[in-house]
Amino acid sequence: MAAWNPRIEEMPRDELQRLQFKLLKMLVYRLYSFNDFYRRRMKDAGVHPDDIRTLDDVRKLPFMYKRDLRDGYPDRIFSAARDELVRYHVSSGTTGKPTVVGYTRHDVEIWTESLARAFTSCGLGRGDVVQVSYGYGLFTGGLGAHYGAERIGATVLPTSVGNTERQIELMQDLHVTAIACTPSYLLHMGEVAEKMGVSIQDDTDLRAGILGAEPWSEQMRERIQDWLGIRAYDIYGTSELSGPMFTECTEQKGIHIWGDLALAEIVDPETGEPLGPGERGELTVTILQKEALPIIRYRIGDITVMDDGTCACGRTHPRIGRIQGRVDDMLIIRGINVFPSQVEHTLMQIPDVGRHFQIVVDRRGALDTMLVRVEVAEEAFSDKITDLMVVKKKVEHRLRSSLNVGVDVELVEPGSLPRFEGKSKKVIDRRSM
Amino acid sequence: MENPYIIKQISIFSENRPGRLAAIAEALKGAEINIFAFSIAEADGFGVVRALVDRPEEAYRALTDLGFRVSFTEVVGVKMRDEPGGLSEIASILGDADINIEYAYAYSGRDAAVLILRVDQVEDAIRQILERGGELLEASRFR
Repeated sequence: MAAWNPRIEEMPRDELQRLQFKLLKMLVYRLYSFNDFYRRRMKDAGVHPDDIRTLDDVRKLPFMYKRDLRDGYPDRIFSAARDELVRYHVSSGTTGKPTVVGYTRHDVEIWTESLARAFTSCGLGRGDVVQVSYGYGLFTGGLGAHYGAERIGATVLPTSVGNTERQIELMQDLHVTAIACTPSYLLHMGEVAEKMGVSIQDDTDLRAGILGAEPWSEQMRERIQDWLGIRAYDIYGTSELSGPMFTECTEQKGIHIWGDLALAEIVDPETGEPLGPGERGELTVTILQKEALPIIRYRIGDITVMDDGTCACGRTHPRIGRIQGRVDDMLIIRGINVFPSQVEHTLMQIPDVGRHFQIVVDRRGALDTMLVRVEVAEEAFSDKITDLMVVKKKVEHRLRSSLNVGVDVELVEPGSLPRFEGKSKKVIDRRSM
Repeated sequence: MENPYIIKQISIFSENRPGRLAAIAEALKGAEINIFAFSIAEADGFGVVRALVDRPEEAYRALTDLGFRVSFTEVVGVKMRDEPGGLSEIASILGDADINIEYAYAYSGRDAAVLILRVDQVEDAIRQILERGGELLEASRFR
């Protein structure tokens, strides 16, 4: 299917970068002139809009963090007059004070444009029926997906969350072809449908899922695609950026970040230094065309890699990989950044051990040590010590090659590791004691 | 047909820390299972407890219900003369026949000492031992 906005989406990379630079320059001048927060920030950092002479000069600008938005509660950072706002969304305050995001008419417009391009890249368009099972309300998921799907001429079924049996009936009766929801909710729907005697694969017209708002894995994608007989696409965004904004295309090889709307960088979470394509680091985003709540070099806290190449679909905009973890979860072992999610990902590919694990970090002399406890799988349990040592060595080897740091593995009895999420139990760091 | 001399040994994965053997023994006691012989093989941070019990299937169930990782292993039990040279006799039979002993442990029973063997070719080992006049424990005692 043709791109929604081919002139922009297939724009040669150098032209796109010139456009990004022009937009960045305008943004920085505007904020320096009219926004107290950003002017103070730039002055503190000793940078003036005139210092932005190339696109790479974005690196001269100071970073922005979640705490800045919280400190600015409710609307102190806003750059638009109150009567220009057409909407508020409010992010949940589970980790502190809530964050208020205001939208001008133009902000809603670019958000909608972003998702119109994204949904089109997933092969959706006029004739599709899109069930939006993200929450409607203060959360951005429901309304964001709703506007994007309407824009491309699809029919929206705004079910929001809950009442799963009814959702499945409507999916069948109204010939829903695509659903936007969290991957875990879709799995739940699949289970509920089976209990109702409905096979999503055979008894519905569903062929695509636009899934996000929580971390998920390639393994989960395979499971969803095989079981439900659909294509599952990753969607990315946060309320600070406007909401969900970017998705994979039908190639399923990374999430396209529309360069005329957002300037994405990957930086070292510790030093803030820029990292190159393929290097794992923290996603940092500047929204180039946002009016009410401007966002410059916002450190989202999500860990991913950037792919700078042109996608096989023909779109020239850079792509990011699946979100691999949160900066808050990062461990530094002998100077190497290690994420518990990498450990989990590696273990899931080794059938000899279970997927539960515990990391114990300690210090021997001046050297950090990392121990990973794993449970022996039933099939791998051998009466012979040598066989078990082979399993242990194999897991050590696989972890070492994926983490780039030496790891000791301890085989433990099944059921002895913590089952619940949460860093406190999965990671024990004894270095601080 | 099952070889009447192949004995089902239970092997239990265990972490190498205090109380684990007690937990295993407690489970077997709870199921009223008698242990004829056992050994512990230890490695780096973990071990394998191997045991000959009177009712291996029930022992397996009792332990797996408690979350233990358990498997069955085929072993043979050879009666040894409880005097100098007893072990040497058995070991040379297997050595001569080029049968490798993966591990072994022994216990001193009521009527004789018994060597429990895990070998790479169990049927061969049984034939060789019987041909050379050795005496084997019958598996019927352990089920």
